[in-house]
Amino acid sequence: MADDNTRYGWPAADERSLIGKRLSRVDGPDKVSGRAKYTYDVHRPGMLYGKVVRCPHAHAKVVSIDISAAEKMPGVKAIHIVQDAGAEIHWAGDDIVVVAAVDEGAAADAARAVKVEYQPLPHFVDDFAQPKDVAESTDPLTQRDLFTMFNNDAPDEQVIAAVQKRGLAFKVTPEMAQRMKDNEVSENVIKTLQAAPVKQAAPATNSPYKKESESVKGDPDTAFKEAEVVSEGVYGCPVITHCCLESHGSIAEWTDSDHLFSHISTQNVSGVPGQYAQALKIPEANVHVHQDHIGGGFGSKFGIDRWGAYTAQVSKKAGGKPVRVMLERDAELEVAGCRPSAFAKVRIAAKKDGTLTGWQSDSWGTGGPGGGGAPPMPYVVIIPNQRKQHTAIATNIGPARAWRAPNHPQGCLITMSAIEDAAAKLNMDPLDLMLKNIDLAAPRAAVYREELQIAADLIAWKQNWHQRGQGSGVNKRGLGLAIHTWGGRGHDSNCSFTIHPTGAVEIKMGTQDLGVGTRTAILIVAGDTLGLPINQIDLKIGDNQYPASGGSGGSTTIGGVSSSTRRAAVDARDQLFAKVAGALNAKPEELEAVGGNIRVKSAPSCSMSWKDACARLGTQPIQVIGKNPGPGDLISSGVGGAVMADVSVDTETGIVKMNKMVCVQDCGLIISMKTAESQVYGAMIMGIATTLYEEKIMDRNTGQMLNPNMDFYRLAGIGDVGELVVHMMTGKGYDERGPIGLGEPPTVGPMAAIGNAVANAIGVRVPFLPITPDRVVAALNPQGGSNATV
Amino acid sequence: MDDLPDKPAKDNKPKESKETSSGTGVSRRDFLKISGVGAAVPLVSHVSALALAEDQAGIQGPGKVPVSLTVNGKKLNAQLEPRVTLLDALRDQFDLTGAKRVCDRGTCGACTVLLDGKAVYSCSVLAIDAQNHEITTVEGLGEPVRLHPIQQAFVDNDAQQCGFCTPGFVVATKAFLDSHPNPTLEQIKHGLGGNFCRCGTYAGMRAAVMQAAKTKGA
Amino acid sequence: MRPFEYTSPTSAQQVPALLGKSWGEVEIVAGGSDLLSLMKDDITTPRRLVNIKQVAGLHAIANEGGALQLGTLVTLDRIGAAQQIQQHHPMLAAAAGDAASPQIRNVATIGGNLCQRPRCWYFRTGHGLLAQKDGKSMVLQGDNRYHAILGNDGPAFFVSPSTVAPVLIAYEAKVRIMGPRGSRDIPLEKFFVIPKTDQEREHDLRPDEFITHVTVPPAPGVRAAQYEVRQKVAFDWPYATAAVALKMNGSTVQSARIVMGHVAPIPWLSIEAAQALQGKAVTPATAEQAAQAAVAKAKSLGHNAHKIQLARVAVKRAILAAAGSPAQAAVERNGFEGGAA
Repeated sequence: MADDNTRYGWPAADERSLIGKRLSRVDGPDKVSGRAKYTYDVHRPGMLYGKVVRCPHAHAKVVSIDISAAEKMPGVKAIHIVQDAGAEIHWAGDDIVVVAAVDEGAAADAARAVKVEYQPLPHFVDDFAQPKDVAESTDPLTQRDLFTMFNNDAPDEQVIAAVQKRGLAFKVTPEMAQRMKDNEVSENVIKTLQAAPVKQAAPATNSPYKKESESVKGDPDTAFKEAEVVSEGVYGCPVITHCCLESHGSIAEWTDSDHLFSHISTQNVSGVPGQYAQALKIPEANVHVHQDHIGGGFGSKFGIDRWGAYTAQVSKKAGGKPVRVMLERDAELEVAGCRPSAFAKVRIAAKKDGTLTGWQSDSWGTGGPGGGGAPPMPYVVIIPNQRKQHTAIATNIGPARAWRAPNHPQGCLITMSAIEDAAAKLNMDPLDLMLKNIDLAAPRAAVYREELQIAADLIAWKQNWHQRGQGSGVNKRGLGLAIHTWGGRGHDSNCSFTIHPTGAVEIKMGTQDLGVGTRTAILIVAGDTLGLPINQIDLKIGDNQYPASGGSGGSTTIGGVSSSTRRAAVDARDQLFAKVAGALNAKPEELEAVGGNIRVKSAPSCSMSWKDACARLGTQPIQVIGKNPGPGDLISSGVGGAVMADVSVDTETGIVKMNKMVCVQDCGLIISMKTAESQVYGAMIMGIATTLYEEKIMDRNTGQMLNPNMDFYRLAGIGDVGELVVHMMTGKGYDERGPIGLGEPPTVGPMAAIGNAVANAIGVRVPFLPITPDRVVAALNPQGGSNATV
Repeated sequence: MDDLPDKPAKDNKPKESKETSSGTGVSRRDFLKISGVGAAVPLVSHVSALALAEDQAGIQGPGKVPVSLTVNGKKLNAQLEPRVTLLDALRDQFDLTGAKRVCDRGTCGACTVLLDGKAVYSCSVLAIDAQNHEITTVEGLGEPVRLHPIQQAFVDNDAQQCGFCTPGFVVATKAFLDSHPNPTLEQIKHGLGGNFCRCGTYAGMRAAVMQAAKTKGA
Repeated sequence: MRPFEYTSPTSAQQVPALLGKSWGEVEIVAGGSDLLSLMKDDITTPRRLVNIKQVAGLHAIANEGGALQLGTLVTLDRIGAAQQIQQHHPMLAAAAGDAASPQIRNVATIGGNLCQRPRCWYFRTGHGLLAQKDGKSMVLQGDNRYHAILGNDGPAFFVSPSTVAPVLIAYEAKVRIMGPRGSRDIPLEKFFVIPKTDQEREHDLRPDEFITHVTVPPAPGVRAAQYEVRQKVAFDWPYATAAVALKMNGSTVQSARIVMGHVAPIPWLSIEAAQALQGKAVTPATAEQAAQAAVAKAKSLGHNAHKIQLARVAVKRAILAAAGSPAQAAVERNGFEGGAA
């Protein structure tokens, strides 16, 4: 009996018919011809349209709501109060009332007739200024505080000290303890947590600042005392948002009094039914969720959100008729999620030969009312002696939400910028400095070494790099680099796999394709395993009536769906082999499925066509469920990645031009090469936008967003991205790791690489992103510049 | 209390009827309420001059009026309020949902359609204004089993990810290649500068546009 | 958008009577690319739209002996493509042909371009044209990074949004305005007016008037160029633009018209810059001097000091570009055209 790894393991490179090849994505034709239907496109019979009354104040209490005039307006079918009198609103744009009417005009007219009285409360939206004179918090630790410490690899002594000093705000359940154990939290820490007193938080002060306990690792004092060079700088990036082109929203309808059908723009088809069930107090089995295509998620569409729940509620009030509520663009930019800002004052201690010895950082940032945790720093390059402190700022900017690779882009920006500045102070090429310290980036030092070398060749680093600020003339050119990492282990997934006697193959999975090529990858795995072209396999996803699969987040989809599909396909194929082996005078384990045939490995001419083989099934299809996790090691976790950028800066106007950007990325075994490369190109382009153009601009005095539109919340255009080069790592050392998620890693490095290239070009650091002309001018000419704090 | 004189209704309903001639429920009195004008305040002071001008100019709306659009060679009819944009008419009346609503302010290109062969933001064109023009939507260029060369080039070069911006880009590319059959990269940067992609498919798009330019009949 | 009546007059004479007596009651819809956005955001809530696209006599590009007459409905793409304009007023063809995006240019009319409303984000998020709260300016108290550096004594602090208007002013264009009592012609630089109250607009029109034509006198031998400082390659609001038209006397400047856009509530015709250049040959040094003169009176509002530098750079580069050969009156931007450093 072959062991599981042999049975299920990925085929060797010379045995792959489809895996790793460049195939065009299967939903391409639907998308380019406008036939792909997204939630925003769907019209259900009798559908009503919902419009929302939103709070204009950044912080307020709802005093009263009067819907009497609105109810009488023509075409109005139902009105639902989302947040009633007494509710406290924490960001401008939050939903108060939803109106469902026969068309959008009628709904909007009625929404305008709703009268809401607010009591404005003090608001706070300033996260740029470094918090000063803030005492360390003595509040009991929340789960998030703990999470942050674990994420930052805080030493056990530090965690224990913090727990004993501050207590916990929550009780540690046995499930939590088990989860911590599974995640390799030490016994000592778990015991301390279980024994810790549960405390009430002190009454909230008026201060938006919450300073976390200082974290110390090794001996930073000595490192800085003995340093031969100390580099200092300020770095950071503001709150940005996802700006999905298809805004958030859904269509909800009640097929009877306690059965809900929802068409929702989501990256979590199997997960949202449970959320509906909880919000609406109906059994999860009564919730049917469907979605064929989604116009962007980027981490913001895991939940049904407030608006998903109230769409269902207003539908019920309208007699169960379908109601569609899609967020308007301004609301989408205001309330559909913030990527937290992160700013830091950083000092790096080094020896003259470039050995990095010490790290000190004071950081601050916000994700909204909940504050914002410290990003992982120092990032990837784990400088041994560290002192870190973080102050979370509670603001009314909007709700925090996961944005691709949460906290990594920020950590990478701050760390790689500080390292580049240290290189400049050491008069070293930052590539040399990085390579000299690359062992600090264990366990992937070898990967980074290889990737940095390839990137350097692709961008001609050694030929073109120069010391900072060189070159005469107005236009200055520079190079910058960054390395990054991510986990990306495949999530739980179930794949229903059927081989019919007709030869038809059918796959069903409750997963979703955000545009990353999930459909194509599943078909490639199935086709490769069965020796069939992908157009002979029917794949159905996007419905919770299919076996559950994880939400597309954390770059966990490819590992999950590939491995569940692989196991299902192997099992189904092996059952087919068992049926036909006799007819080929062979044992089942001697057979292979190649090129549309089932044949004997050692005697390939002894074969039968796929169709003939399936005909032997008689009347019974083969039906299996493949799972992840499951037998055999098919996936793993942990990738590297290197990014290098080449920019030119017009030093009179402060305009940055992208000349070229290179990303060298590993992600284990690549299932679908074309779509994988596209992921990396896309991540680089998103990185350019976040580095040069994007920010959520808040008005201090009203607390409102000043740029809730695409004039001034700006994305990169086709002319702004320069030459882009992607190199995927494949072959030995990579393929054997199985597929690892790619959605996030390449999004991490670009901000840092571009920021460093600008610093190299103009000779000074532009501390805060986005690197707009005003910030470059300010950096070059502190007197003539402006926006000194931004 | 002043009020606007009723136009002679086309379907001979009584003059004082609260219903408009098309029965949508937005009567003149409702209209004044909706638009925030108190019933006591006249819309314009020169009522008689206005009435004369109105009769000559032919005032339509605010309730629904018949609108006839020529889309992909077909005549499509609907009863629409004047405030309905071409984009919303295409999507909600005729289920031509290729053009997308993203910014709804003429700043992102996802709603691009062709008006007499020229690319326009359909979110910023009134449906009532789009009559007597040839409208081409992405659906009119090709279908999944018979793609236009531009659409095929987008597929071949993986110039789409989530796909929400894709129809707008395909249509904008059609108009662009019609006027720049042999484009340089520089021209592409400007020619497609009115469309944005969040997922970041520009690398594939540049290749797609060059491939489509080479294909005859693009 | 709120409900509105819609009417399509066919003659210009019909139009004034259909318009309102105060701003916002009735709006003209030409291309609609700005108007529809304003209406969707409730910045203007007209009860009637007057579609002038069917009005006869407003669509023509006429050229007589180098003098250009544009009907108000001529779209920016037609202006950019017109061979006669490329020949006689190349800076205009270049500016119109590069404005905004192809989709905008295909519908945006020259009249609409001149009448488009400011992009001030306080205005566009519903706080009024002058954005005042409790007697104070939200612009001065808030984020004014895109606001005016000239003509900014207040209460208006927004910047003029048209990139084509400075070009036309540099070419000494006039607008013809029709109202209930007939037509009047005014120089374009007088058309733009800095409002003092929220109820006014940024131009000289009365609510029952509209632009019918834009005329541009011949510009034989005029050296003209526009420079635009905008961060993105396309479809991005500029930080500053400068349109320069030079009448040369041999190798020295006889007279100059230097007009900055996006730096003041109205297109800013800089007499100081013109005087600094008069009688001089155009060199990097004299261009720099004129540029300094152009912004000598500029003041930062607190967050927009960078616009002073960017305006200065725009003026200098436009002057140098204009002084190139007459055929090379291309719009330049970013300083990167033709390759990287």
